[in-house]
Amino acid sequence: MSAQLRNFTGSRIFWPVVILVGLVIVDVIAFPGFLDITVKEGHLFGAPIDILRNGAPTLLIGVGMTLVIATRGIDLSVGSIAAISGAVVSALLLNSPTPDNPWTVVQAVGIALILGFILGVWNGTLVAYLKIQPIIATLILMTAGRGVAMLITEGQILTLHSKPFEWFGSGFIVGFPVAVVIAAVVLILTMLVVRRSALGMFIESVGINPEASRQAGIRSRGLLLGIYAFCALLAALAGLIITSDQTAADANNTGLFIELDAILAVVIGGTSLMGGRFSLIGTLVGVLVIQTLVTTVYIVGIPPVATMVFKAVVVIAVSLLQSPTTNEKFANWRKDRRRPTPTKAIEPKREKVSA
Amino acid sequence: MSNTVMERLPANAATRGTLSAGRRIITSPKYAPVLVTLGLFIAMFVSGGVRYDNFWSPQVLLNLFVDNAYLIVLAVGMTFVILTGGIDLSVGSVIALSAMICAKLLEAGVPAAGVIAVTLVATSLLGLGMGLMIHVFKVQPFIATLAGMFLARGLCYVISEASISINDPFFVSMASTRIPLGGSASITISVIIALLVVAIAFYVLHYSRFGRTVYALGGSEQSGTLMGLPVGRTKVLVYVVSGLCSGISGVLYSFYTLSGYSLTAVGTELDAIAAVVIGGTLLTGGYGFVLGSALGVLVLGLIQTMISYEGTLSSWWTRIFIGGLLLVFIVLQKVLTRRRN
Amino acid sequence: MTQVLSPVDAVVDIVGVTMEFPGVMALDCVDFRMYPGEVHSLMGENGAGKSTLIKVLTGVYSATAGDMHLAGSKVSFSTPAQAQDAGISTVYQEVNLLPNLSVAENIMLGREPRRFGSLDWRAMRRRAAELLEGLNLDIDPGSLLGSHSIAIQQLVAIARAVDVNATVLILDEPTSSLDTDEVAELFRVIRTLKEQGCAILFVSHFLDQVYEIADRLTILRNGRLVGEYRTEEILKIDLVQKMIGKEMASFSELEQRHRESEEEIAGTGIPFLEAKGLGRRGAIRPVDFSIDEGEVVGLAGLLGSGRTEIARLLGGIDRADSGTSEVNGKAVKLTSPRKALSKRIAFASEDRRGEGIVGDLSVRDNIALALQIERGWYRPIAPKRVTELAQHYIDALNIRPADPHALVRNLSGGNQQKVLLARWLAVAPRLLILDEPTRGIDIGAKAEIQKLVFNLAENGMSVLYISAELEEVLRLSHRVGVMRDRHMVSMVENDSLSVEDLLALIAEGSEDEDEKDVVA
Repeated sequence: MSAQLRNFTGSRIFWPVVILVGLVIVDVIAFPGFLDITVKEGHLFGAPIDILRNGAPTLLIGVGMTLVIATRGIDLSVGSIAAISGAVVSALLLNSPTPDNPWTVVQAVGIALILGFILGVWNGTLVAYLKIQPIIATLILMTAGRGVAMLITEGQILTLHSKPFEWFGSGFIVGFPVAVVIAAVVLILTMLVVRRSALGMFIESVGINPEASRQAGIRSRGLLLGIYAFCALLAALAGLIITSDQTAADANNTGLFIELDAILAVVIGGTSLMGGRFSLIGTLVGVLVIQTLVTTVYIVGIPPVATMVFKAVVVIAVSLLQSPTTNEKFANWRKDRRRPTPTKAIEPKREKVSA
Repeated sequence: MSNTVMERLPANAATRGTLSAGRRIITSPKYAPVLVTLGLFIAMFVSGGVRYDNFWSPQVLLNLFVDNAYLIVLAVGMTFVILTGGIDLSVGSVIALSAMICAKLLEAGVPAAGVIAVTLVATSLLGLGMGLMIHVFKVQPFIATLAGMFLARGLCYVISEASISINDPFFVSMASTRIPLGGSASITISVIIALLVVAIAFYVLHYSRFGRTVYALGGSEQSGTLMGLPVGRTKVLVYVVSGLCSGISGVLYSFYTLSGYSLTAVGTELDAIAAVVIGGTLLTGGYGFVLGSALGVLVLGLIQTMISYEGTLSSWWTRIFIGGLLLVFIVLQKVLTRRRN
Repeated sequence: MTQVLSPVDAVVDIVGVTMEFPGVMALDCVDFRMYPGEVHSLMGENGAGKSTLIKVLTGVYSATAGDMHLAGSKVSFSTPAQAQDAGISTVYQEVNLLPNLSVAENIMLGREPRRFGSLDWRAMRRRAAELLEGLNLDIDPGSLLGSHSIAIQQLVAIARAVDVNATVLILDEPTSSLDTDEVAELFRVIRTLKEQGCAILFVSHFLDQVYEIADRLTILRNGRLVGEYRTEEILKIDLVQKMIGKEMASFSELEQRHRESEEEIAGTGIPFLEAKGLGRRGAIRPVDFSIDEGEVVGLAGLLGSGRTEIARLLGGIDRADSGTSEVNGKAVKLTSPRKALSKRIAFASEDRRGEGIVGDLSVRDNIALALQIERGWYRPIAPKRVTELAQHYIDALNIRPADPHALVRNLSGGNQQKVLLARWLAVAPRLLILDEPTRGIDIGAKAEIQKLVFNLAENGMSVLYISAELEEVLRLSHRVGVMRDRHMVSMVENDSLSVEDLLALIAEGSEDEDEKDVVA
């Protein structure tokens, strides 16, 4: 086994990648054309593209969630923020005399994103300045947020007719769906910013040892505020994509449970809920596992509604695999297995003893 | 010398008058939130009566119980979990699952008593599974109960995608029987069951070793262990209690709706958590009362009632109000506990 | 070492107890005895083996070798529960009770009286009230434990321990967060228990308190028994000397250089930092402190004497609630580590794991951390430069393994300490505060760190050096601040100062301090 391979098998994303590959193999066996990608009118189609497109909103939120979780936090409000952003953009476009004017759409999208950012600042303030536990602080907006979204849509499902806005959900850029391109750009930019600047190190440092980080001079409050704001901004962006894809804003269902999918993706990707070291690539793998799972369940012919059961199985499997108890047992088992090796070396002695 | 020490004790009731005892209660993280909730409930009820016609009737009050009996039971289970400092996200899905199991088994001709027994055993086992994940495998409650939430909701779909209606005579009679309380006021049997659950939970929490260990866990798990309390067993058991309560709640829910449907009770876990918090239980554990949680449910119900009386206010204001209340109570808890540190 | 009582009367009789951890001899053939109705104090500095002995006594550890007799019969505990059942109760410094429950419950939980299967609250309150009354404590059993001060919580913990079993009571640093009145109240309770025949093990780093309450004391050093004495028979200065001991290793070369350089440097006298009346309630009484450029000031004192507390105020780790500070003559407010760092003051905590290293980050990231924070996240140091920086310090400080990418948590204590030093050196501080930089590390690394401090000062850096080892403080410092009972008792020039002089100052304070102990 080469060192690189050993590095990979020892890494936290090894098991998720194995699960992903396993799922894809199941799919290919069940449906030989699974990996086929066709080109129609210069646009790519096929199951892999669908997986990417359906996973884009979860990935966007997952990117923000990864950073939040790395600081020992969590953000439950992302689904509600997505709903609010979808509702805002729809309300603005519906009340606009010129919904097909790209400038109008840019303005509406801008307002929705700024609002998302502000909601993130709110979350961040509760967490960083009022020192309220993140799970509790974001629960407030999670609960109230859907009400706010309903308020904006006045309880209606707002159907949208705006060509430029529909581009988010159904357009293509050099063959790829716009949503996929946006998610990819956000992922890559975030990775670049976080890893090329010192931001990633600061985030991990605060997540691993907050007091040591403080003594080294990190002002963690500003950092936390920024991360919650960034996460909410991405949630708003995801909300826009979902709304555009469905050409309707549904305050009740836009982004419903997406916080759970995103957290799940982060955890599957090997970022611990205890904070510290994080992996954005891991989150990508996590999102792909979830989306492939959904697609697999569909392709294999299990009623799609049973997906939840499989998600549950994945959560249980991953959390048990990462559990300290399991690791301890596994380590003991490996130790027990390794023990016989040295006894072989002293075999002559043993003969003597038995004789 | 000892006197100087004692004089600085805020809680020395012997040397202080009732006035300071009153102050002690108002600033105590144990009682203050519940009192605020009670005050809020009374204020809301009074202002409702001033504002709307026909609001001050016994039936309006009783309907809070009738409409929210299942939520009261759910909040009771959630109180146990939150008192230990945990959380149970699965309860909403478990309501749907147990209503679904009821509907399916009744459809298959199983007698009502058997159906209810099977449902409660199933949901308790689900709680046990989550509890073991949390205690034995050290999985965070959030994640373990998230898995439970997915599993329960998924199993609903596996049982049936479509809604199943319930025609069983026992269930129908439970749904329609009203117990008159004089005048035109009446309640349902579900209300009795819910109040019974509250009473049992109160007894268990305050008069059993298990109940005190629940509080101890929320105070400090380490101290509890050092004091020789059965910490591990209790930690698992609270999730079993929550599972059982969710099961009972699901059965009451099926009495109420007379159907099983996989998409019901989505997000009910949030209502339950909100009711517990508004009812004065600290989300970090250790402080709270099951009676407070019941009161919390009534406050949520009252918000809904008032909004429907208002007419011009749409129903989504409920969520916003609940969110606002959550904020107020969480900040209140923060203030009260910070004073201690 | 005269012993009037025969071992037969001892309630606790430990003979030749040895506790070995991989690579460490925590207890080496230690004898220990306690008698009914006595207050016994266990004395020793860090690493002396105090806490290990307590853990053996309370069943947390099973001793590698040795016998333990309790009230005449041989015992061996493998769990704390067994020790508790046998009559050994412990009250820890951090109160291990439940602040969210009532005083009565905290005393009775686990042994609650019941009636018909359910808790009997009235009986519980009555029993708790009786217990509290027995200790002459006026505490309402129905009140919430968390509503009381730490002192009262500690007394409640004692009440609980007494009710569980009153044969042997271990009080581990019970007074560290109490004020004078509260200590007096605690001592009253201890005396009451003593009269009832309870054997009390009192562990404290406050010498005056030990002399006030303890009948006898046992001194440990480096896992070995130094001796067992009646409190009235041993002078404070002898006690301190026996606790600290003498370091045998020779650093003659360093000492030589020190003596030479002192003549050159001693005259610079440009003050870098001056603090007046700097203090913090409950941590350190107001002190005046100043340090010149290129000067090494040592702080000497026992654990808990305030030596760490003053360093934390100067490093901006804790906020002072009184006093003013000046850096280069300009008033500054050292309200956060970041503020202090911006004034080029760096603080290396004694708690390496908890407050120093970031365990899951690599050696190179740990070294670059403070420098990077100073530059801001948007101006990253080039990865190549970071590796060079790390490599430079790995070579300069001889950090092992010499791999910049190794995770810091996998390094030994000494190497973690060097990584931490490298982090602070990388920001080129004008004042470096080192709190116990050589604790728990091997002699070679110790010498390296001392040499480094010496060189830094020669190059104009001010160093505030805290160590439990007085030789070390004397070897490095131009001046020494002596700390006792959260107070700086004197600041002395280090010219021909001896360990004995320091010991005397630590034990008795300067002449204007309490006279009563200067009988010797």
